[in-house]
Amino acid sequence: MSALISAPPTAQNGGHTLNGGAKRPSRLKGLQCRECGQTSEIAPKHVCEMCFGPLEVQYDYDVIAQTISREKIERGPRSIWRYQDLLPVEGTPQVDLGAGFTPLIKCNNLAKKLGIKSLYIKNDTANPTWSFKDRVVSTALSRAVEFGFDTAACASTGNLANSVSAHAARAGMKCYVFIPSDLEIGKIIGSLIYKPNLMAVKGNYDEVNRLCAEVADRTDWAFVNVNVRPFYSEGSKTLAYEVAEQLGWQAPDHVVIPIASGSMLTKIHKGFNELMKLGLIEQRDFRVSGAQAQGCSPVAQAFEDGHDFVKPVKPSTIAKSLAIGNPADGIYALDTMRSTGGNAAMVSDEEVVEGIKLLAETEGIFTETAGGVTIGVLKKLAESGKIKPDETTVAYITGIGLKTPEAIADHVGAPLQIAPNLASFEAALGRKL
Amino acid sequence: MSVLVRIPTPLQKLVGDQAEVNVEAASLREAVQQLASQNEEFKTRLLDDSGELRRFVNVYVNEEDVRFLQKLDTPLKSGDEVSIVPAIAGGR
Repeated sequence: MSALISAPPTAQNGGHTLNGGAKRPSRLKGLQCRECGQTSEIAPKHVCEMCFGPLEVQYDYDVIAQTISREKIERGPRSIWRYQDLLPVEGTPQVDLGAGFTPLIKCNNLAKKLGIKSLYIKNDTANPTWSFKDRVVSTALSRAVEFGFDTAACASTGNLANSVSAHAARAGMKCYVFIPSDLEIGKIIGSLIYKPNLMAVKGNYDEVNRLCAEVADRTDWAFVNVNVRPFYSEGSKTLAYEVAEQLGWQAPDHVVIPIASGSMLTKIHKGFNELMKLGLIEQRDFRVSGAQAQGCSPVAQAFEDGHDFVKPVKPSTIAKSLAIGNPADGIYALDTMRSTGGNAAMVSDEEVVEGIKLLAETEGIFTETAGGVTIGVLKKLAESGKIKPDETTVAYITGIGLKTPEAIADHVGAPLQIAPNLASFEAALGRKL
Repeated sequence: MSVLVRIPTPLQKLVGDQAEVNVEAASLREAVQQLASQNEEFKTRLLDDSGELRRFVNVYVNEEDVRFLQKLDTPLKSGDEVSIVPAIAGGR
């Protein structure tokens, strides 16, 4: 591990020392395979050696329960780090641009249009690099620094590339970012500005991902969504913690979440359940629904077909940030939606554009194509009665529209061209002032 | 028919700590069979109880995912490159 600054800590040596030398038990028990249950110590690895299943961080909730409280959280920083007791970072977070604690907005105009009573948008465009990725990256790279890595890397559909590049710059880490070469220009410039080594791969995201899995196997880099993935994905839980806190410490009835790999959906579900387990919110049922674009809908299709497996597809959609044809957490997302009584639905590219416009025109929020997918599906579920009118519903808007203007440029009309005088304005207005 | 197989880290110790192995095989199934000849565990790690590829293993022949080809029955020809890659990566 030549690129490491120091040897990776383990669950055994990662605990804190109390006054008098007694050791406080660690909140982190280790890693566990979601498939076969095999356990191993905390380390930068993501795949079970026995069955290739995904590894997940295991917490000691009895230890966490001794220190966590609503009051302690409320006294914390206005960022994801107010929930550090439930995140896999041991010391003071070292890689932080202030991700999280984004607005939860009550959306009466949109709710009225959709015929539902209580609708909220979690506006995660209000993050440092304008997408929810800042949550997972701050978590992953803070842990990576604790492991001793000095190089950050990722496979990305754009937003992650922006976030890793920015956080690496802030942390003084070297940075290698791999993207499909056909990404929107906003997402390319939104990475280049932070001066990473940006690799535009002639292939789709699944091909980029595969390349990164092979590169990660041969380098000592912290690939946030490969070898550091168990820590990275935990950052998405804060999307549940914040919503619960912002609703006055309660879970909503129904959440609608975009699906690419399926990781965020499963982690939001986990986040609400953790708060219930710790007694921070009341135990209750809530439903989780997922949104995909028709041109890349392996999970929604499996849901519709009643399958318990996800068949990979070759993506073709304007929602490039959701264009993962072989989603790593697809089956878990499927399980989550089914077990909570939720739904999955898909929308066409035209409906994606309509969704972007609908959110902007009714609530003043400009989202990217992924958000268009979410709003399109929200509309579909509301119209078909799958969101009940009296359910308190939260839709997650995870990225900003300014990064993907080409998706809607031909659908928003044009400004009226006028001369700099009153007569010209009045002519355009069609009446005298 | 000599085919190059790239082995991911978790499986390398089962094939003599090698990252790449050349095998003589006319299909992916035969290639797996050959790689398992050194250590039967290679097969149990890669295949599930029904003898199919585990769901968190991706195998590519040249650039193509074998799930889009003929899975384990995908034919191999001389010079083909097979990559075994853990599926868990990427994320939103």
